Amino acid sequence: MALLEVEDLQTHFRTPDGINRSVDGVTFSIESGQTLALVGESGCGKSVTAMSILRLIPEPPGKMAGKIRFMGRNLLDLSDKEMRGIRGNDISMIFQEPMNSLNPVLTIGRQIGETLRLHQGLSQKEAEQRAVDMLSRVGIPEPTRRVGEYPHQLSGGMRQRVMIAIALACNPKLLIADEPTTALDVTIQAQILDLVRDLKTDIGAAILLITHDLGVVAEVADRVIVMYAGRKMEEASVPELFANPKHPYTEGLLGAIPRLGSSLRGATARLSEIPGMVPNLKKQIDGCLFSERCYKATDICRKIAPGLEEKAPGHVAACHYASKEMVPA
Amino acid sequence: MSPLLEVNGLKKHYSLGRPLFGHSREYVHAVDGVSFHIDKAETLSLVGESGCGKSTVGRAVLRLFPITAGEVRLGGERIDNLSAGRLRNMRRKVQVVFQDPVSSLNPRMRVRNILAEPIKNFGLVRSRAGLNARLDDLMKKVGLPADALNRWPHEFSGGQRQRIGIARALAADPELIVCDEAVSALDVSVKAQIVNLLQDLQRELGLALLFISHDLAVVEHMTHRVAVMYLGKIVELAPRHELFARPRHPYTVALLSAVPIPDPKAKRSRIILKGDVPSPINPPKGCRFNTRCPFVFDRCRSEEPELRPVEEGHLAACHLNDQPVSESQLRGVEAMARRIW
Repeated sequence: MALLEVEDLQTHFRTPDGINRSVDGVTFSIESGQTLALVGESGCGKSVTAMSILRLIPEPPGKMAGKIRFMGRNLLDLSDKEMRGIRGNDISMIFQEPMNSLNPVLTIGRQIGETLRLHQGLSQKEAEQRAVDMLSRVGIPEPTRRVGEYPHQLSGGMRQRVMIAIALACNPKLLIADEPTTALDVTIQAQILDLVRDLKTDIGAAILLITHDLGVVAEVADRVIVMYAGRKMEEASVPELFANPKHPYTEGLLGAIPRLGSSLRGATARLSEIPGMVPNLKKQIDGCLFSERCYKATDICRKIAPGLEEKAPGHVAACHYASKEMVPA
Repeated sequence: MSPLLEVNGLKKHYSLGRPLFGHSREYVHAVDGVSFHIDKAETLSLVGESGCGKSTVGRAVLRLFPITAGEVRLGGERIDNLSAGRLRNMRRKVQVVFQDPVSSLNPRMRVRNILAEPIKNFGLVRSRAGLNARLDDLMKKVGLPADALNRWPHEFSGGQRQRIGIARALAADPELIVCDEAVSALDVSVKAQIVNLLQDLQRELGLALLFISHDLAVVEHMTHRVAVMYLGKIVELAPRHELFARPRHPYTVALLSAVPIPDPKAKRSRIILKGDVPSPINPPKGCRFNTRCPFVFDRCRSEEPELRPVEEGHLAACHLNDQPVSESQLRGVEAMARRIW
């Protein structure tokens, strides 16, 4: 059994001008120790998926349907109290903006210790001691001094390390990282990605990585799901997706990123563009959501939405025209 | 022929307010002695991490504030000390595209008025018909439908708003456009559209671009020359191919090696810099990079390296490029630079 199984998750929001289908029927699973990346552009529903797993979607205006099975239990059936026992304990989350997600008036020691005291019943003293351990584990120099400092005394990279320390304090089974390095400079991003890789082998937690940066995906993830307009378009292992993208949207994304070192290979061609923009999620669209922007689209694409289909072993895509290899039955 | 834009020894220091008791007044050394030039129809990129001073340089070129020292010349004429009246004409020649297309457009103005303002302001057309023709032409140039003129900024997506921002910069018929992180906030597919648009416009109109960005892959794709900044100084400046193929400053090498490459098969060695960028209030003595440099030696802590040519058109500020340095140290940077590709 997989650690987390998300089945036909639908998260819709009521808005004054119709229902916004932010996440519309997404299915996936994560095994222990695996790193799964959710990639896509803004508004594709990747962050809403993460928030839904932790049940952080306000209801109303939000509404969730489907199943989110974590270690066999459907999180959508749990009471608020049971859910609180899971958040920050079994499943924890790292957010994008480390400044906004830390409390500015509490020392970082208090903030790391809080989860430990709540979930593991440690005393204040024990919690403080564990906080120091956690800080040194995430590579913060002089942890005994830093533990008494406030978030504003730390740099952006250090704050993100503190966020990671908080997230890992209770040894979670699943870590959700929502754009963990997007707000950071490249040299600091490299430090944090390095840390995440080290810790991954250390703690054996599964990681759900949410990002828009295919470079980050290539570096840290095992499997990847490409999302578009609230749907899953393609899923494959990382080497497979980069070598053999099946969905025209994935192809487009890979062609649209400028690559470092391209001038050395004499490649100064134009970037390939994906024309147009993301469709309005409040409108009912019958056909493929990508058909308006797709170079392969024909009438069938505009009428019938393609289902997810296995196009190669372990590689699914939702496209009528994606080439299909022999899949052993 | 003199270059279009020349910046010599530019400094911008910000005071941190009234000092307490006997302490001397403190300054943020945002830009601390920067020199470069841009030719007509050329793109020069300024790259570096947050706080390195790249945006401050852009703003100084736009003359959005008085500079502390140095000079800025446009077409040979000094513009850093112009009077308000003479500044007007210079402002027409240098325009800007900002990072955030949402906050840089007035939400209470229709696109037509946003674009007409600079045209009228600089008296570029005489008649209403002339104005309309010019507006239609601008929309065509940036790839927006003509009926977009009558709509409001909120009706557009991020990429389209950035197109409006570019059209506004073009409206004044400039010679130089400062692009301050102009594509950084955009999604991948839209970013490609805007990058292509900027390249097309440059070719078509012979524009010079000062392209300020932290994204090295985008910079490599669209620039002619690159200046790498660290803590208010240029540490390396070279033509694109030179800089990416043979970086001669350890910071450039580290920066290049830190960029994640979207290819799971790429096997690169990575130089992970320790720690954070020091404070620009008290920059380190000697070389400003000495606190994080993997190749630091005694001289770096006492003597600041000058930015000087290491090859034709390739400048770097690092003691490792000097002769007395031992062979093994020099080999270190070069070997490191080779390994990252």
